[in-house]
Amino acid sequence: MKRGRTGRIVSSILILLISLLILFPFLWILSSSFKKQVDIIASPPRIFSFAPVVTNYIRVFAEQNFPKYFMNSAVVGAVSVAASLLLGLPAAYSIARFRQQRLSVFILVARLMPGISFLMPWYIIFSRLKLMDTYVALILSHMLIVLPVVVWVMSSYFRSIPIEIDESAMVDGATRQRTLASLILPLSGPGIVTATTLSFIFSWNNFMFSQVLSMEKTRTLPIAVYNFVSYAEVDWGAVMAAAVAIMTPAIILTMIFQKYVVQGLTLGAVKG
Amino acid sequence: MAKTGFIDRHFQILAPLPAAIFVVVMIIFPVAYTLFLSFTNWNLTSGNPLQVVALRSYARVLAEPRFLAAFARTFLFTLLAVGAETVIGTALAVLLRRKFVGKGLVKLLLLLPLVAAPVAIGICWNLFYDPNIGLANHMLKLLGLGTLKWVYDAGTVIPSLAIVDIWQWTPMITLIVMAGLAGLSPEPFESAHVDGATEAQILWRVTLPMVLPTIFTAMVLRSIDGLKTFDIIYAMTGGGPGYASETLNIMAFKYSFEYFRMGQSSVVLVFLFLVVLLFSLGIIRLQRISER
Repeated sequence: MKRGRTGRIVSSILILLISLLILFPFLWILSSSFKKQVDIIASPPRIFSFAPVVTNYIRVFAEQNFPKYFMNSAVVGAVSVAASLLLGLPAAYSIARFRQQRLSVFILVARLMPGISFLMPWYIIFSRLKLMDTYVALILSHMLIVLPVVVWVMSSYFRSIPIEIDESAMVDGATRQRTLASLILPLSGPGIVTATTLSFIFSWNNFMFSQVLSMEKTRTLPIAVYNFVSYAEVDWGAVMAAAVAIMTPAIILTMIFQKYVVQGLTLGAVKG
Repeated sequence: MAKTGFIDRHFQILAPLPAAIFVVVMIIFPVAYTLFLSFTNWNLTSGNPLQVVALRSYARVLAEPRFLAAFARTFLFTLLAVGAETVIGTALAVLLRRKFVGKGLVKLLLLLPLVAAPVAIGICWNLFYDPNIGLANHMLKLLGLGTLKWVYDAGTVIPSLAIVDIWQWTPMITLIVMAGLAGLSPEPFESAHVDGATEAQILWRVTLPMVLPTIFTAMVLRSIDGLKTFDIIYAMTGGGPGYASETLNIMAFKYSFEYFRMGQSSVVLVFLFLVVLLFSLGIIRLQRISER
């Protein structure tokens, strides 16, 4: 029994240590976002001994075009999620009920492919069509991240709904599309929450597509954060404030929908 | 009414059709185009029309020491990062198996690195790694050790980047393995207890073998993403110093969008895709063998 208790103490300490390791960078970013440049570049580092200021946030939100980039990210994320649900829900339902494996293989291929192998052709095509720096180009590219998540999560969710529900509705004369719209979808809330939350966060964090396809007009937050360090002297306080600004919405969403995010992330990876 | 009947009759074609068209237009066609470009010497800045040169672009890229180095580096980075993530992630999942106060909070903490924008994370780690004002060297000094130049030195840049990847993605392995552990049936554990096995024996002989397929799957998923890592490397070093942290993905990006050598960039992409594909198939095969 005694060995069991020692083991328990050791494992508790390990868990505490790892938790701190995970948390520390976040706390450090948060605290640095309230530091003046002199406090940031001070050596030895001032971990607690500094006078907090909000000038970094004011600079980021008032002087830079941050509110606009924030809106761009939100619009691109929301529209690409909505459009992907529109395309993805019927497809996922069809995959689940008619066992259309080939379509899910396509999605797997999309996951294997390096993003640049689509990005380069799009870059050429979007330039020719004068669609560079437009929401259309950005939303289409983000849908490529969002749609596979929607189809993947939803086809597995639909499969978990007993097929008898569909059958009894259709015996009563309902069409497939009616069964999906008025019976299955109202039962699919948790699946839709998982797909929406997870894919919105992926779109929100996407860097590569926006870096190539967007310029000033449609610039999204990750690019704006990245641009802070491309200047000659890095304004670290502003970088940290910008980092807090970009991470906060994703973290809040995760806290609200924790269970669904975990389900989405681990879906399909667990084999019985 | 007739129209509704049409949709109903052809539902299994019509329902997935919009998504399928999107996939073909946005994925299949561009990938085929990239494959075609790899057989050309197209350079967007030269102004010359695209010319089909068969395998000449392949020969030029393969003869480039920069490419071979990037090729090896892609594996090295993935091996370092995913190797550590698998070991630490699995150990953490095992640690988190029992009930304890604050378990819910720890599970939330695990999610935070996974949903934080990699670009922002990378840039912030750059300050942490800064040779003069960074916390990393300060901690080394406190421990009485010599300082390092971390991502600012060709010799240490890859392990330094791997550390960031490990910090960010280990929780992914943990979550997947935790889900796998939760799904195990309790009988083998009970009978092992009855037979008088120690905790360590149960862990090594019962728990880990049972959850091994899940660990493999988590590793495959992480390896696919690891081989394609872009955001962290691009944001932190841009492939530098020199080419010291240039992986295939970074190299392809630079060839495409900085030098506009579309033909040669396509060659790099073809190789990256093959690497990802062969690697995943290889691990899946390994898993089948180990299951026998």
